[in-house]
Amino acid sequence: MSRTENLVSELVEKHGRSRNSLMPILQGIVQEERFLSEEAMIEIARELNLSTADVFGTASFYTFLDTVPRGKNIIRVCKTISCHMKGKDEVIEALEALLKIKVGETTHDRNFTLLTANCLGWCHKGPVMLINDEVYPELTPHKACEILEAYMKAQ
Amino acid sequence: MIRIGSMAALEDIRKQLLQEQQTKQQENQVVVKVALATCGIASGARDILQFFSAELEKRNIEAAVLQTGCMGYCYAEPTVEVCRRGQEPVIFGYVDEKRADDIIENYIKKGVMVDGLIPKNFSTACHCEHEPQAVPEKSKQIRIALRNCGVIDPASIEDYILHDGYHALADVLNRMTPEEAIEEVIASGLKGRGGGGFLTGQKWKLTRQSQSAQKYVVCNADEGDPGAFMDRSILEGDPHSVIEAMAICAYCIGAGQGLVYIRAEYPLAIDRLLHAIGQAREAGLLGSHILGTDFHFDISLRYGAGAFVCGEETALIHSMEGHRGEPTVKPPFPSEAGYLGKPTNVNNVETFACIPLIFRLGAAWFNTIGTANSKGTKVFALAGKINKVGLVEVPMGTTLRDVIFDIGGGIQHDKQFKAVQTGGPSGGCLTAKHLDTPIDYENLTKAGSMMGSGGMIVMDEDDCMVSVAKYYLDFTVEESCGKCSPCRIGNKRLHEILEKITRGEGSMDDLNKLRNLAHVVKETSLCGLGQSSPNPVLSTMENFWEEYLEHVSDKKCRAGVCKAMMKYFILEEHCVGCMACARNCPVNAISGEKKMPHTIDQSICIKCGVCFEKCKFNAIEIR
Ligand SMILES: Cc1cc2nc3c(=O)[nH]c(=O)nc-3n(C[C@H](O)[C@H](O)[C@H](O)COP(=O)(O)O)c2cc1C
Ligand code: SF4
Repeated sequence: MSRTENLVSELVEKHGRSRNSLMPILQGIVQEERFLSEEAMIEIARELNLSTADVFGTASFYTFLDTVPRGKNIIRVCKTISCHMKGKDEVIEALEALLKIKVGETTHDRNFTLLTANCLGWCHKGPVMLINDEVYPELTPHKACEILEAYMKAQ
Repeated sequence: MIRIGSMAALEDIRKQLLQEQQTKQQENQVVVKVALATCGIASGARDILQFFSAELEKRNIEAAVLQTGCMGYCYAEPTVEVCRRGQEPVIFGYVDEKRADDIIENYIKKGVMVDGLIPKNFSTACHCEHEPQAVPEKSKQIRIALRNCGVIDPASIEDYILHDGYHALADVLNRMTPEEAIEEVIASGLKGRGGGGFLTGQKWKLTRQSQSAQKYVVCNADEGDPGAFMDRSILEGDPHSVIEAMAICAYCIGAGQGLVYIRAEYPLAIDRLLHAIGQAREAGLLGSHILGTDFHFDISLRYGAGAFVCGEETALIHSMEGHRGEPTVKPPFPSEAGYLGKPTNVNNVETFACIPLIFRLGAAWFNTIGTANSKGTKVFALAGKINKVGLVEVPMGTTLRDVIFDIGGGIQHDKQFKAVQTGGPSGGCLTAKHLDTPIDYENLTKAGSMMGSGGMIVMDEDDCMVSVAKYYLDFTVEESCGKCSPCRIGNKRLHEILEKITRGEGSMDDLNKLRNLAHVVKETSLCGLGQSSPNPVLSTMENFWEEYLEHVSDKKCRAGVCKAMMKYFILEEHCVGCMACARNCPVNAISGEKKMPHTIDQSICIKCGVCFEKCKFNAIEIR
């Protein structure tokens, strides 16, 4: 069995085979592999006795269930109104320049993906970004770059 | 924690904990509480907590250093509460190591007040006799849902029990039939805090009346409204109150299983909730034979995956079932056919957080707070251009002026208040003329906005209202699930028209189209998202019509936000001809001799603003 198949069967073991286990299984895969590969979705469909189109259709509905490969670290900059009012555009521009990619893209070394998100619940401390599970509020372009540089060094 | 087998045992444990606490208070010279909610942690509160622990020990001061949840003073994080033996606790803000040192040396050791004091501006409704509650004279805030946030250690079930926790559940299980308990909730007049504002007791009653062997209680913690973060704070600061309330609800409607649908963006809230559920199970407050009765109930978590529409209850249920999170037509309501087709009661986090206190202090007490039709308090999250961002909890009927200017400290940098958006992308904006309107469900709806989940984004003179409307629509366009065409296509078209207007290409005809289409989307969409998404457009058109007119007829944006409409000019009298602007202009739109005033060719200028930044003589003017 491949790594992915193993992971799927572990998750199926843990959550069960009923339809309402689909979300936890998909989330489990994303947590481990950062995205849902075709292989993973086909395997899940087989295990849960669903059509692959159904699995893909469900996954593609949710922003956090990526179906394209993502970098090791995912940066999500909040782009909603209060962060906008406090200058999120400049933060995004600075990050784009530092990573040499645009929003939605992944760096060549596959270490970083830069995304935007709708409201992260930090409206009082904008602009804010989420790197993986870590929250960074009250950003300035300079601060954002410093934080990211620390991640880059750690790679 | 040992297993608590009965109501009497719960009371015993509380007494015992109380005694232990009193002994500790006598032993300790001082109790220091550090607010460790996500916002505190992000501002370095963990280091401060460690600093206090280490330094107090080093300096030989008998102290207890504890963690707690958000105190609501988010603008002044990290915040620390210090209680010297026998004295009222005081709260300090912006505590870094230097200030912490100052607090130890001067306040803790000598009782000399130091900088950074935050005057307490709220009173807390509670049922416990042991903590002296200093009610500040002019306090306009009453904390019910937030009563324990910033007071107890969210990771300690003992602390929750000490603060009267699980007593409401014990009371209900032992002294009330489900019907009586539901009547109490109905009598309290509590309405859903998640947006809809439906009477909570009524909803419980309907779910109770649905016949089924299996029923579910669902807590909606998918908080996604831009501007709202109270549900996160409650879960981070007082997770047990939600667990207790869900158990009470389960008893009332006859459910055996509870689910919390929580957004994945809230890792700390998830952690604390899981931890609390584990503790409650261990103590026998979840599981079978709760408190020695025949009542069984347990809770598990489901995680959102970044889709705002999943906050809508039918969508949320479909998502939990493993489907796309698309709303479906009601009826059937979840109370008849919800999760897996079974009767399901969905309530919001804040709604649940009010429940235990309603049982402890009584529906009649709850009823005395608020207005004729909206009872109790509401938590508002203040964000935007306001001085004191953070969470406030005020009685229904408090005016906007009190919330924004009194509690919120007014507008940043002494700018002019322009508007406040309530209800997020489903709500509308309120203006200076609404400042003295008492806030409750009815008045907000009348004013063209809505309560929503309680986010308030404050805007000042520098905000362009057309752009604000565009921003909210940007949000809805992305978050629309796409199931029905008025919302999927209509909102997109509305957004396009607004784009056109902010680019300076709009016409009067566009304004008419905008209004007509907004009404169509509102009236024909399937779920609450589409039905309310045009609200920001309609309410800004209603309140700031002249700004829309300026954008289309004069091609002017008075707030200077819409870049495309701005023009850059060089003021001859200020220009010294240093050439800095001309050298930096990326499109060579600036010409002029050295040491002579320059000019900008408007036909070439791309409005990038570089000249404005580079000019050291304030010679560039934006009109
Ligand atoms: C688009 C949309 C998003 C919603 N988001 C939330 C949410 O994030 N949290 C919430 O509690 N209710 C939300 N609601 C309201 C729920 O559908 C439901 O009315 C509520 O959870 C019921 O709980 P309550 O009666 O305690 O307010 C949303 C509704 C709509 C239409
Ligand atoms: S109104 Fe919008 S969000 Fe609601 S069902 Fe229709 S498309 Fe989906």
